[in-house]
Amino acid sequence: MKNRLISDIGGLPEGPLDLSEHEPTMTERRIDAMMMLLRAKPRSFWASDENRRTIESLEPETYKKAEYYEKWVLAMKELLIEKAILTEAEIESKLKEVRSRMEPS
Amino acid sequence: MTENSGPHGGHDHSHNDFQPDIKEPTENWEFLEIALRELLVDKGVLSAREIQDEIEAWEKKSPEKGAEIVAKAWVDEEFKVRLLEDANQTIREFGIEVEVLKMVALENTPELHHVVVCTLCSCYPRPILGVPPLWYKSKQYRSRVIREPRAVLQEFGTKLSDDTEIRVVDSTADCRYLVIPTRPVGTEKMTETELAKLITRDSMIGTAQARDPIGKRS
Repeated sequence: MKNRLISDIGGLPEGPLDLSEHEPTMTERRIDAMMMLLRAKPRSFWASDENRRTIESLEPETYKKAEYYEKWVLAMKELLIEKAILTEAEIESKLKEVRSRMEPS
Repeated sequence: MTENSGPHGGHDHSHNDFQPDIKEPTENWEFLEIALRELLVDKGVLSAREIQDEIEAWEKKSPEKGAEIVAKAWVDEEFKVRLLEDANQTIREFGIEVEVLKMVALENTPELHHVVVCTLCSCYPRPILGVPPLWYKSKQYRSRVIREPRAVLQEFGTKLSDDTEIRVVDSTADCRYLVIPTRPVGTEKMTETELAKLITRDSMIGTAQARDPIGKRS
């Protein structure tokens, strides 16, 4: 099958399932909560299929390697910029501030 | 030297075996979460309180809600018919309002067994079942269940008769499924509350049967 989207994996060969349960971290819970709030009423900044479109448009390498909620937060960043709620510059500058504050020097 | 000098004595034993209660962020994307959240709160787009409330609301959404709905469908034929015809309308009776998504209930029988997947991502009936398990979002499940459902079900310890038709349904951003598992035999005298305890999350996704009354899966 040629020209499959990176997310279009139905029917491809894969290994055995890992059936272990997972307790989400606080970071994951907050990403989930923000995503739901941003796309639900009354804000409705985007629809859930736009989430998917954004995740599918990640670099193939990122899509393959990234953890589940990592993809979500990357998609959220793209959508916040696309919908002109935040700018790339302010995100980058905030990210620097957060890192210098939180990373042990 | 003075007191216990064995490997576990004193205060010099290692705590490395324990995970901290709250993991400090170390990855790029974890810092990105903090940055986006602080910007959204600073700008008044979201409030910190709302985010906390949403997390609490999420923790309250669990497969138990789905189990209550399925138990009622098992004991009340008229309810089941309505649930199969119009799930969105019918689950309102359980206080679940779903506006944007179309919810579809599918009935499993000894002849026909439904299994739910989202091959493209992780669409899941969250209003009824809570957050999806990790395996549901895995590339292994998404890839394989549509091609070899019997083999995948076996990995869950679920063996169906060769005569049972398996129908795998693929969820979308707009449409989510709830499986009504087959009611186990020997449950005729059980109450709705007792029945609900037999209805597991996996049985409502279709990767398992409901528990049989003595606890093991049939």
